[in-house]
Amino acid sequence: MVTVSMKKKNPGKTMNTIKRPNRFWDTFRRIFKTPSAKLGGILLAIIVMVSIFAPLIAPYDPFAMDYSAMHAPSSLKHLCGTDDLGRDILSRLIYGGRYSLTLGILADLIGQIVGIAIGSIAGYFGGRTDNIIMRILDIWQALPSMLLTIILSAVLGAGFFNTIIALSIGGIPRGARMTRGQILAERGKEYLEAAQSINCSSTTIMFTHLLPNVISPSIVSATMQVGGTITMAAGLSYLGLGIQPPTPEWGAMLSEGTQLMRSYPHVIFWPGLTIGICVLAINLIGDGLRDALDPKLRN
Amino acid sequence: MWRYILKRIVWMLVAIVGVAFVIFTILYFTPGNPAELMLGESATDEEISALYSQLGLDQPYIIQLGKFMYDTFIRFDFGISWLYKVNVFDELMTRLPRTVVIGLATMILTMIIGFPLGILAARHQGKWQDYGIIGICMLFVSLPGLWLAIECVVIFSLNLKWLPSNGIGSFAHYILPVMTGIFAGVASNARQIRSSMLETIRADFITTARAKGQKEGVIVRRHMLPNAMMPVITMLGGMFSHIVAGSTITEKIFGIPGVGLYLLNGITYRDYPVVRGCTMFLGVFSVVVMLLTDLCYAWLDPRIKAQYAAQGAIGLRRKV
Repeated sequence: MVTVSMKKKNPGKTMNTIKRPNRFWDTFRRIFKTPSAKLGGILLAIIVMVSIFAPLIAPYDPFAMDYSAMHAPSSLKHLCGTDDLGRDILSRLIYGGRYSLTLGILADLIGQIVGIAIGSIAGYFGGRTDNIIMRILDIWQALPSMLLTIILSAVLGAGFFNTIIALSIGGIPRGARMTRGQILAERGKEYLEAAQSINCSSTTIMFTHLLPNVISPSIVSATMQVGGTITMAAGLSYLGLGIQPPTPEWGAMLSEGTQLMRSYPHVIFWPGLTIGICVLAINLIGDGLRDALDPKLRN
Repeated sequence: MWRYILKRIVWMLVAIVGVAFVIFTILYFTPGNPAELMLGESATDEEISALYSQLGLDQPYIIQLGKFMYDTFIRFDFGISWLYKVNVFDELMTRLPRTVVIGLATMILTMIIGFPLGILAARHQGKWQDYGIIGICMLFVSLPGLWLAIECVVIFSLNLKWLPSNGIGSFAHYILPVMTGIFAGVASNARQIRSSMLETIRADFITTARAKGQKEGVIVRRHMLPNAMMPVITMLGGMFSHIVAGSTITEKIFGIPGVGLYLLNGITYRDYPVVRGCTMFLGVFSVVVMLLTDLCYAWLDPRIKAQYAAQGAIGLRRKV
């Protein structure tokens, strides 16, 4: 279909010189076809830009304390008010995006990549390898990921990178199972047999032939999971295990605010809303991505 | 079928022993000296090392592990809390009902509210009912649960003074924790049901049912729902163990003395018997729920049932 229409547009050219539409841009356009995904994309773009250019945008230093304006409610001077040390909440939120987004994306990415690797080994080699890996994953998943994350972050201690590791380990089994299931469904297909018959190595078959065909559900679930990871990081900070104050990470700000909720509810309101908007943006994009990559819904 | 169930139960036991091993090993390598934390800042070095060896922490890894495994699986004894000197198993038994009651109430209400919403949205795909439900669900899936819970406390117990915000006792104490659990639960449940209904609506057997002139209500009840339920069942099992395991945060917010809060205290004070006990309890719980989910799945779906009747020995793996 595509080549035919292209031929009409470029009548003089032969097949070889006709460029296929770029797959990346094609997918990109399909993701942002729906208005909800557009909204998500715009929101996330704003959040990312604000985080990158935080020093230019933030009205105050996120660590600067002002004892003359503690617990100030929202005003023109401090749009989101100030916290218990008189720090400007808006500035802290603007800087916080850097920590929260990095944390969510990195933790999720590490978990997914390791999971995909484990899952593809299990699915591709099958047999005993598959059995052993699946039994280990069974044990791994017997502990719900939330529980595992809580215990691991207690063991590893608080801190940015330890939190990332704790959050990513809980996500590994999910990615592994998903990839494995996809590969099992794909294993009997002819193109793999063809690749084998022209003497491709296992690594080549796995990474250049099999993986591109099975990866899209993992990409969708990874995207959907970023929001959950950011929220879980907030939960960890609240339990005193994740990222600790005074880091202006959104989750840490939220948990700091819980101590003041009785007298100054505005301190917790804004960080929570920010997390909510960010997660909403990511989820909207995730939904768009799912629809765009679903072969059943194509065209 | 029975062979399959038996096989699953054996693997479940193996997984539980595996969990015990993993949790013991993790805690063994945890930094922080429990004896030091228990005695506080004023303790001398001799006192600390005396308590350290009294707790058996100076013994080599393999002996400690063997003792723990023996106590847990042969004597069914999780030991005595180092900090409170209370038997962990007894304490867990008094705490578990609170956690499970909240979890169950959340689950049941989630299903009661989520199912009709999801079905309604799917049946009116592309109309205002669909957009409204999906929009609101999207919002509640995205808002952090911790924040929702605290905003609920601020609104309902601090401002309106309708409900107690802390502790346990009367019926009213359970309303806020369950309510905050429901928000996210209903939202994700309804989304799941909607998408799985939409997948079924496109199926050929629905067209057949319509073609033979079946009533719309019967099509939804008899043809669509049973098929759309399948992925939802898997999700519900996962959700239940997630709610119970994630009870730590809810219990901390509302000061409910359940398993989650017990675990958290154990972690904070490096009270290893408590941490191990709670983890084992929650691990066993989630494994059993997982097994029941799979059995439900096999029981409800004739295709899978036939598969097991035929091959028996091949294990069913959870779909993710």
